[in-house]
Amino acid sequence: MANLKTVSKKSKAQSMGMHTEVLTGRTQQKFFNPDEAENFYYFGTYDVDFNKRTELDVKDMTAPEANKEIDNLMSQGYGTIVIKNPQGKHSLGVGILNKLNLIFEGSLGYFGMGSCDGPIVRINGRVGWSCAENLMAGKVVIEKNAGSCFGAAIRGGDLICKGSVGARTGIDMKGGTIIIGGDAGAFTGFMMQRGRIIILGDVGINLGDSMYDGTIFVGGEIGSYGSDAVDAELTKSDQDWLKRKLKVAEIGENFDVSKMKKIVAGKKLWNYDNLEPTEKKGAI
Amino acid sequence: MCGIAGLIHRGKSSNVGSELQGMLQALKHRGEDSTGYALYGDTDGKNFIMRFKVGENVGEGSSSVMEDVSVYDERKKIVDETLSEMGAKIVKEERTLPYSLRYEIDYNVKDLLEFSQRIESIPGVEILSMGKSLEVIKDLGNAKMVCDRYSLDKVVGTHAIGHARMATESGVDIKSAHPFWGYPFSDVSVVHNGQLTNYWNNRRVLENKGMRFMSECDSELIAVYLAEKMRDGATLEEGMKASLTGLDGVFTYFVATKDSLGMAKDTMAAKPLVLYESDDLVAMGSEEIAIRSVLPQEIDTYDPFDGEVKVWQI
Repeated sequence: MANLKTVSKKSKAQSMGMHTEVLTGRTQQKFFNPDEAENFYYFGTYDVDFNKRTELDVKDMTAPEANKEIDNLMSQGYGTIVIKNPQGKHSLGVGILNKLNLIFEGSLGYFGMGSCDGPIVRINGRVGWSCAENLMAGKVVIEKNAGSCFGAAIRGGDLICKGSVGARTGIDMKGGTIIIGGDAGAFTGFMMQRGRIIILGDVGINLGDSMYDGTIFVGGEIGSYGSDAVDAELTKSDQDWLKRKLKVAEIGENFDVSKMKKIVAGKKLWNYDNLEPTEKKGAI
Repeated sequence: MCGIAGLIHRGKSSNVGSELQGMLQALKHRGEDSTGYALYGDTDGKNFIMRFKVGENVGEGSSSVMEDVSVYDERKKIVDETLSEMGAKIVKEERTLPYSLRYEIDYNVKDLLEFSQRIESIPGVEILSMGKSLEVIKDLGNAKMVCDRYSLDKVVGTHAIGHARMATESGVDIKSAHPFWGYPFSDVSVVHNGQLTNYWNNRRVLENKGMRFMSECDSELIAVYLAEKMRDGATLEEGMKASLTGLDGVFTYFVATKDSLGMAKDTMAAKPLVLYESDDLVAMGSEEIAIRSVLPQEIDTYDPFDGEVKVWQI
């Protein structure tokens, strides 16, 4: 990172060891103070019981109706919700800022699980374009294939597709991890800024084009490298992390990670010193 | 934005008119300025089916003007006389709307170029499609409105492609609506989602080679481009593969012939396409909900990758 310095501990969050750096330049540094936790209100969240389970058939619902009903069920304390008959509808499950076990028995259309923060989601089907866009935290698992712009601009959490994904996967991502069990399309990791992408299969042309930072791991063939995407050494630490991540993701557990390629930014295009204030979330 | 949809039944016929209507109606949020169908119906294959218009249905931004029905009648009369002069016998005649007609023609010729040029030399007349199986029906409004207006829900056939249009590059009228006939080839039609940025360069080259453009819609270029490739001896698939580099811009398009259906996606994969493929049915559309209108059960679908070309036979 640009202009990072190690400084003496100042805040409680720093004293907890969550960070030691101070950010300069255009960075706006805001650290969460745990002493203020009781005054902190996270809009749209509920206390839910994961053992309290219900089903919701959305066959005859519009997406807004379905999303409002999910919110209503969370407000009643349901911590596990099974969605029946999503039938490729767009924008299902968006804006969930809660811990929640959400299971879709079928496929989603565009923008499924967009702008979420915290839920654990399993989609027993396929997803369309821009699944889990802007994900902040949580885990989204797709059992089949995914469309383009998978995980666009995510900032945290784990996004896992057991099948193949379309073009521009992880475009503009700023954190988190995307794991692909199959192949990925063109411009994967386009303009990514932080985070990691793991692709066990092949990937299309212009991989990591104009990436600022972050890391891409590829198990198969690479169509071509994008501007400023370069190979890097796959370290023992990388391999250990990959094994752990694939195991947790229940995907490619026996995959030979030692043969994976590691791609990072060459930083010849680099003009970037903004970091996300993720420390705030970490302190919660 | 626009939405496209297509399906092909392999080894059997089905109610493709109703099926395509459902697929396109599911995509109406992508555009409902106009909707078009290219239906490949079950016919005996003896006569040509000519869908043509003798006037326009004019919407916002169109360079055409609304005309009196008496003008349409006069043009129809000239078309009838011209067909008679060329030795083409009208076997069956339907006039769905004052400006829209469907003729079944007994005409024994393989090269439709001269035939089409003669008919379209009549001012205000445009052939929407010509073929032994293909019928292109397009008009203003969403899929259901067009389907109801032209009674398409009963059409039985093997395959079909269609388009729900949000007008961007040209006005709202029938001449700019998709699908486009692959003039002058029998039974060739094209629908497109995207934008072609080397339209005028290609158009100038193709017009110098004698190809014809009826609209200012960039998508028409695909039909003419493929028609020119096939005229020079290329197969449909070869023409489609050449289009990946010959056409600049972002596009996903479908092309259909009498016995096949194909798709091509540009090298940046900028336009969406979801595909379902089984032994007896291929269905595809800009969004999964289009496919769900004919296959509501849980199915396996995928997005074709960048630069991909696929062709299926009936």
